[in-house]
Amino acid sequence: MIDALIQGVLLGGYYALIAAGLSFMFSVMKVINLAHGSLAVFAAFMLFTLGDRFGLSPFLGLLIVLPLMAVVGWLLQKLMLERANRAGTLVPILATFGLSIVIDNLLFQQFGANTRSLAPYIGSLSYDSWQITDEISVGKVAVLTFVTAVVVLGLLQLFLSFTPLGRAVRATAEDGDTAGLVGIDARKINAVATAIAIVTVGLAGAALGLRATFDAYAGGAQLLFAFEAAVIGGAGSVWGTLFGGIALALGQSLGAQIAPQGFLIGGHVVFFVVLFARLFLPGSTFRARLAAALRRPAA
Amino acid sequence: MKRLAVEHLEVRHGQLQAVRDVSFHVDPGETLALIGANGAGKTTLLRALAGAHLPYAGKVLLGDRDITQVPSYQRVAEGIALVPEGRRLFTDMSVEENLLLGRHARRAGDWSIERVLDTFPNLKPRLKARAGTLSGGEQQATAIGRALMGNPDVLLLDEVSLGLSPAIVDRVYASLAGLINSGTTIVLVEQDLDRALSVADHVVCMLEGRVVLESKAADIGRDRVTAAYFGLGTPQPAEALP
Repeated sequence: MIDALIQGVLLGGYYALIAAGLSFMFSVMKVINLAHGSLAVFAAFMLFTLGDRFGLSPFLGLLIVLPLMAVVGWLLQKLMLERANRAGTLVPILATFGLSIVIDNLLFQQFGANTRSLAPYIGSLSYDSWQITDEISVGKVAVLTFVTAVVVLGLLQLFLSFTPLGRAVRATAEDGDTAGLVGIDARKINAVATAIAIVTVGLAGAALGLRATFDAYAGGAQLLFAFEAAVIGGAGSVWGTLFGGIALALGQSLGAQIAPQGFLIGGHVVFFVVLFARLFLPGSTFRARLAAALRRPAA
Repeated sequence: MKRLAVEHLEVRHGQLQAVRDVSFHVDPGETLALIGANGAGKTTLLRALAGAHLPYAGKVLLGDRDITQVPSYQRVAEGIALVPEGRRLFTDMSVEENLLLGRHARRAGDWSIERVLDTFPNLKPRLKARAGTLSGGEQQATAIGRALMGNPDVLLLDEVSLGLSPAIVDRVYASLAGLINSGTTIVLVEQDLDRALSVADHVVCMLEGRVVLESKAADIGRDRVTAAYFGLGTPQPAEALP
């Protein structure tokens, strides 16, 4: 049982890492990026290609892939979301849904249906573990992922709280029109914020490839986990996202303990219980915030 | 040289012409009061000056430069700051953060958090408080301070006395007096006619989107302003005035 809890918390780190960018984009730009999971898989395939063709370790590959993801994020905002935003609240969601289909199928065309992993390029690290007790050991990749999630979320929090750019991001999130009146270029800030969000997606893609396998259509499941973790954590709160990831993973672990098929169902149950509690329990501000977010498309 | 000028400005909200064929200018260091009934187009005009609402026709000139199509964030960098109607603070952020945001355009000048606190001493104990928890007077002071942090050459003030008690309004205007005397060019919208006439060098009265009266504040009687305000009688058309 304790083993299941520990493994669940570590898996929660991965969910928090992949949810970080999704909840960041939602809180800053009110955009639910349905291409989130596909972009993570895209990053994983880039790292795979660098390993496969050039023998580059995924950790070195990130030095190339993360800047690439930043450019992808910038272009995503400039070429797509900025235009889609002008057409209303629903259009950006539909646009990112379309983008996810395009990415999935381009990956399928390029890489085929084979299941891939980054594990072959990191030697024994993929199965190394630390022995905690005779019964319990933790995988090094899982711990590394968890630590990365905490660092990424912490850096996002510090960035938002203490840097002028972070303040500008929060101001733009709250009121883009007024942000312009104090000298902030809301469109540029949104592009920077998207670039940052997509960089975290790159890290999540690396974590996905290191800890498990992926194929061209693996994005949908990653989006689902990210979405569930973000909603459980309260969509937009940085530490809530970590909590949400852990809660989702514990629900899955618990589900798996009850029945072999219970892994996914356990996670969904936690998601729905939290969602309905947020919507219907008295004193919850979630519904009001959701309504406000949907009423006010970003400038 | 004129500090700020508008020529034949027309601003629309969809089909509605909120501002129609408005022309006036403000000299450097001058204070101009825009008065008029609700719906006369004053707020829309100020927002067009600040670049938050791009005009349908006409020109906005800052000095000699045509800034008609320049977006709001660039106008802040060029020295135009708006204190918007209803304050529009970032309510989830502290007073200090709101003030720091005003510095985003990084214009050179001597406004700092310390100087804003000297100007509005009521903000001193509230510096770390969330802007959403402030009283109306404190919010207004923060909104003005945020605009001043950008070291503007032209300050646009939209109904700074709205929703404040008379005592607080006195305090806000006492703080503004120093600013008015310091050579900052100011365009202000004010419902309180006596107050507008007491601080302004020039008065522009609007009715249904048009300028119906423009005069030096010293030369104008309350009666003429009142007639123009309500559209009574036949005030002289603006073009005929010197």
